[in-house]
Amino acid sequence: MKQFCKIFFLFTVGISLWLTASSQQDAATLVQKVKAKLDLVNDYVATGKMKTDVTFIKAPVGNVKVYYKKPSKFKLKRDGGISILPKGGVSVNMGSIVSTNDFDVIASGEETIAGIKTKKVKLLPRNENSDVVLTTMYIDEANLLIRKAITTTKENGTYEIEMSYGKYSNYGLPDKVVFGFNTKDYKMPKGITMEFDDEPKKSEAEKLRNKKGRVEIVYNSYIINKGLEDNVFK
Amino acid sequence: MWTLLQIELYKIFKRPRTYIAFVAITSLIAIVQLGLKADGKEYMDFVLADLKNSLSIEGNALNGYFVCYVLLQLLLVHVPLLIALIAADMISGEANAGTLRFLLTKPISRTEFILAKFMAATVYTLMLLVWLAILALFVSMLIFGTDDMIIVKNNYLVQLEHDDIFWRYIGAFCFAALAMTTVAALGFFLSLFAENSIGPIVATMSVIIVATILSTMSIPLFNKIKPFMFTTHMVAWKEFFDIKVDANNSNIKGTIQHPERIFKSAIVLIVHIAGFMAASVYVFKRKDILS
Repeated sequence: MKQFCKIFFLFTVGISLWLTASSQQDAATLVQKVKAKLDLVNDYVATGKMKTDVTFIKAPVGNVKVYYKKPSKFKLKRDGGISILPKGGVSVNMGSIVSTNDFDVIASGEETIAGIKTKKVKLLPRNENSDVVLTTMYIDEANLLIRKAITTTKENGTYEIEMSYGKYSNYGLPDKVVFGFNTKDYKMPKGITMEFDDEPKKSEAEKLRNKKGRVEIVYNSYIINKGLEDNVFK
Repeated sequence: MWTLLQIELYKIFKRPRTYIAFVAITSLIAIVQLGLKADGKEYMDFVLADLKNSLSIEGNALNGYFVCYVLLQLLLVHVPLLIALIAADMISGEANAGTLRFLLTKPISRTEFILAKFMAATVYTLMLLVWLAILALFVSMLIFGTDDMIIVKNNYLVQLEHDDIFWRYIGAFCFAALAMTTVAALGFFLSLFAENSIGPIVATMSVIIVATILSTMSIPLFNKIKPFMFTTHMVAWKEFFDIKVDANNSNIKGTIQHPERIFKSAIVLIVHIAGFMAASVYVFKRKDILS
């Protein structure tokens, strides 16, 4: 009996280890497949409309132009105007996250995002100097598309990125991207334009900051793999 | 009345003192514009330092519209002092020169006389503001170009699109004209009580300085009188540079966040102008002119 228990225990542990290793292997393969799809894009210029929804920023909806070049060059420009964006966050794009193989992949189960069943995987960069600490991706396995990603960075906090796809899904490029970020620690400068209005109540000012911010970009078109000069990103 | 106004305007613009204000405004604006042109990037980095820790701002933030806003914030506090130089001299100057009694021997009513004098002071005020607008807005647009404008309020940031700004400046300058006319009316009223120019000029400046300090300070004792002080309402031109947002927190082009505040402040200023003028006519009609 004792012998049987021992064998059963070793068998269970063995099966668990094999299943875990197999699921990690599956997750790594899935990420590689997604990477291969994103690798089809060497560069792109996209046009779209950007909407900033941050409680303490009153900004107009504006036309934007987004430039990307492999492996991680990214630039967002407002067409004829000033762009105010959360630092770092909007420039986090899927192409640059999986631009190298220098990360470990951990399978973290399954989840449904916007009615689509996804595989949840965590990407841990091996490079200790990397600004990205952890990225959690929700991958639509059937279409090899990243539906959602949560990225934690050293410098700029945590960003949530949700993506919807349409006619450019073959390249893994979204039609709509929504960036979510926390505005709690954002500081407003005083006296920039010598504004000396009545001081707002502290609770009121706190309430304005203590919310999540959103930047939504709806893309109209992409020009893919037509070549892009480096000086665009300066 | 028209002839009277022409005579008064001729007298104003014949005096060298009149041009002090124009020279002062020109040099102040030129100094600020030169400084911003030379070290504008450092200035913007300094004032936006806190904001740039969390947000990245790209584009020409230091543009003509922004420079004009900074200039107006700085200058609209001091322009009243320059207006006082002329407005507070309108009656007392005549008394000092000994020409007041002589002027009143002419076949014109005292009301007509005083209204013509006040209208002349108002024309001077408006010309000063037009000069300010030319230098602060148009010259800044020429030097720094145009782009969206960013204004940081106490607890939020406003970004106005470049094609939604110019009309706001027209509104702001019209409102500033009303505010400065109030100052002219005060100076004019005080000039009735002295026979030399220095007294009313200093008195007008003192009233403005004290009232501005009281309007700015958040002391509960003075909070009750603040809504009735004209200095509290003189800064309402800034309301033109705040915008309404929709349910998605996006700007609604061509709107003003609190138009009712502008309207209320304009009413208060008009009441002050009417009050000072009615009081001036009343006092002057009963005044024993001895000089």
